[in-house]
Amino acid sequence: MKGRKIGRAIAAAGIVVCSLALLQRILTPKVTDGIIERALIAEYYEEAKDHDVIFIGDCEVYENFSPAVLWEKYGINSYIRGSAQQLIWQSYYLLEDTLRYETPKVVVFNVLSMQYDKPQKEAYNRMTLEGMRWSASKVKSIYASMTSKENFEDYLFPILRYHSRWSDLKLSDLENLFQVPRVSHNGYYMRVDVKAAGSIPDPVPLAEYQFGSNAYLYLDKITQLCKDKGIQLILIKAPSLYPHWYDQWETQMEEYAKEHELLYLNFLECTEEAGLDFQTDTYDGGLHLNLSGAEKLSNYFGRILTEKTAVTDRRGEAELAAVWAEKLAVYEQEKQKQYIQYGVN
Amino acid sequence: MLFTSYQFLEFLLLLFLLYYLLPAGWQWKILLGASFLFYFYAGPVYCVYIAVTIVTTWFTGRRIEAVRAKRDNWLQEHKETISKEEKKSYKAAVKHKTWILTLCCLLLNLGILAVVKYTNFVISNLNGLLEAMGSGKSLDFLNMIVPLGISFYTFQSMGYIIDVYRGTVEAEKNPFRFALFVSFFPQLIQGPISRFGDLKKSLFAAHPFDGRTVCLGLQRILWGFFKKLVIADRILTGVNTLIHNPEIYDGAWVLVGMLFYALELYADFTGGIDITIGIAQTLGIQVTENFNRPYFSKNIKEYWNRWHITMGSWFTDYIFYPISVCKPMLKLSKFSRNHFGEIIGKRVPVYLSSFVVWFATGIWHGASWNFIVWGLGNWLVIMVSQEFDPLYKRFHDRFPVRGKFGFRLFQVVRTVLLMSCLRLFDCYRDVPLTFRMFGSMFRRGNWNIFLNGELLGIGLSAADFLVLLAGLVLLVTVSLLQRKGSVRERIAGLPFWGRFALWYGLFLAVLLLGAYGVGYDSSQFIYNQF
Amino acid sequence: MEELLNILKDLHPDVDFEKEERLVDDKILDSFDIISVISEIAEQFDVVISAEYILPEYFNSAKALYALIERLEDED
Repeated sequence: MKGRKIGRAIAAAGIVVCSLALLQRILTPKVTDGIIERALIAEYYEEAKDHDVIFIGDCEVYENFSPAVLWEKYGINSYIRGSAQQLIWQSYYLLEDTLRYETPKVVVFNVLSMQYDKPQKEAYNRMTLEGMRWSASKVKSIYASMTSKENFEDYLFPILRYHSRWSDLKLSDLENLFQVPRVSHNGYYMRVDVKAAGSIPDPVPLAEYQFGSNAYLYLDKITQLCKDKGIQLILIKAPSLYPHWYDQWETQMEEYAKEHELLYLNFLECTEEAGLDFQTDTYDGGLHLNLSGAEKLSNYFGRILTEKTAVTDRRGEAELAAVWAEKLAVYEQEKQKQYIQYGVN
Repeated sequence: MLFTSYQFLEFLLLLFLLYYLLPAGWQWKILLGASFLFYFYAGPVYCVYIAVTIVTTWFTGRRIEAVRAKRDNWLQEHKETISKEEKKSYKAAVKHKTWILTLCCLLLNLGILAVVKYTNFVISNLNGLLEAMGSGKSLDFLNMIVPLGISFYTFQSMGYIIDVYRGTVEAEKNPFRFALFVSFFPQLIQGPISRFGDLKKSLFAAHPFDGRTVCLGLQRILWGFFKKLVIADRILTGVNTLIHNPEIYDGAWVLVGMLFYALELYADFTGGIDITIGIAQTLGIQVTENFNRPYFSKNIKEYWNRWHITMGSWFTDYIFYPISVCKPMLKLSKFSRNHFGEIIGKRVPVYLSSFVVWFATGIWHGASWNFIVWGLGNWLVIMVSQEFDPLYKRFHDRFPVRGKFGFRLFQVVRTVLLMSCLRLFDCYRDVPLTFRMFGSMFRRGNWNIFLNGELLGIGLSAADFLVLLAGLVLLVTVSLLQRKGSVRERIAGLPFWGRFALWYGLFLAVLLLGAYGVGYDSSQFIYNQF
Repeated sequence: MEELLNILKDLHPDVDFEKEERLVDDKILDSFDIISVISEIAEQFDVVISAEYILPEYFNSAKALYALIERLEDED
């Protein structure tokens, strides 16, 4: 009798746990819903973790650099841990997270996010944080990122966040329950379409040009972490025409790099050298580069990496080369697919 | 900490563990700690206010008993030597002394309540007066802190001191136990207003863990969450759209708004009370019921015996009775009988005292004229229906409809509609506007809104309406079932998997259909502000 | 006692006040009735029942109420 009672209780608990887990999966938005950026952070964990270069930062890294080119041209094995509006503390904790698995030779950080000193938007937080595997870094990142309306519990149990999606569920939510298609190429989000840069809005004068103390705090932490692990940190500013990169910001970054003896590259100043043409190399009027732009920039940056850092050409490593051969095939396939999709040649 | 916040649930879980894992003798002390933590979290300054009420009330109670003890000793000692007359006058003197003590305590605490809640109301009326007299001056409003739940805990404490004065309860000796009575966190912010005599029976006792009681308590909490999150907070969007834009939503919309508000207020307030009583139950403590399916009332008078019961009975016991049976009132009654005849004379005490009570009830709900008019509106309806009583009797003698389903339904609909109309004062918070909106219902003639899809334009989607409809059906069903006793007890009699399906189903309903989290501005319980 | 029963009968002719013992608990007498009864008692017995005595134990039956009246008369 007692045994039966216990058995019953265990069965009931099992039903509760399994049904909640299933519901959570059904209700959580899927990559296939159109917002591909959701998947970027999580895909990293499927990789063999043996990268020489890790990029961290916002859309200015994951849309502007193509690790495929870095491999093909220079034999550099790289990965981009980028996400939409990745805030600097999120970058820091992503770096911490990455270093749990591997220690690259070079870390590249895009400094645009220095402009944000405080949590910004829940939707973007989600894109960066949800993909991370659970770790102390993830917990700290969540606490650093939450806006005043957010709760940690909503991250712990996403069903609490997405419970009301039941009325928007589509068939695709069920179709893609257990298989998540791969969307990035080592963190690179490919777009082949073209939308030439037209008139860029005039920069709005700011009340305050000094980057915030919180932003500096995390920049310091990134610098220190790299130093402790013997990693060369490179600060970059990607060549996006918009959002505007102010001269006052540039000065601060130049000074910071000088003070900490870091390499700082502002690609806005070498677009010509890199061969970028904002009539053909952007898909959204100058915010982000398209495939053509990203490949040109990667080509240019690969040379710098080869010259100024300790990365070596690893194309001779048979195993790695085999992995990349496969990746390049997928990359090529996607390119062709998109050329057709967007009608570009 | 809102009842519906994650922090509150975590706070409860932690409290629950401590409460049942530590020695039972500590239980009430743990509750006291938790209550002050809860209140401190709401606002550190609030603790000062509640502490003043606790200390003064406790001290007055003790003083009253000390005076009485002295009286009894003195009477005992002089039993043989004093005359009956002397004894009587001595007793009267002591009684007067205890009355003075009680009065001081009442004046101080009700004074604090009046100052924090009504100063700005008084100022705004004075300014109105100044303006009317053509004076260019006006007074500045004060920036008052209104401690959370001050109306509730003040009333609860004042009920206690009056009970001590009347001798119906013994004064509490331990100030900390008394502090727990005043600050008991589940009922601190929205009632019920407990009586010391009722609550002390279970509040300070040791409660060993009892699975059945805890389960019943948890089930009640869940049901409260269902009412609050699935129904009240979901319909809130629609209610707000309607009542905050009276210039757009008039005519038939007023009817929609008041019915929606009737549902929201019911689900919100009774849901909150379910959570309160449920929490207390999981801790082994019995809190007085505050509702008894009010919308099923035959008339408004009965409604007020079934809605917010503890507030109504507070006003009856501590204001209505004392005023109606005090000597001047009895004299006035006698005077009116002699001068205006039996019929009027009989009514004087009831009419006058209930006028005062409804005025007080109105102003208790909020420091503004709309609430006062609302309170007096209730008074008017009750008195009119009282006067119609003989008419009703004759009607029932001729048409035996009493107890028939159709007539019961008519009574219920009438109660809901009447209460909803009166609550328009609460919705629009402006007396002339309320009258205008009420009038527009009969003039505007835009009844087609029920058919042309405009209902979907007030911030509620078709899915919302579906959920609300299902929720309403469940509410009514449960209410009907409750006529035959506790629904939870009956569910407890079902086979295991039946119980599991019902409760887990309700849990999933709250989890999935509840209007909470990012994207919903989790609303405060409506009654917090009173 | 006869006088008291008459007062009560006036309010609710259909109730058997000699037998009924749950006048308040069963809500036969509501607050308005209680006030009427008290003011009638003040009129006819010259006894004031103050608010502290308005408790179910005194108002649940005519007998209990009568006992209260006698007690208060005695105290005067």
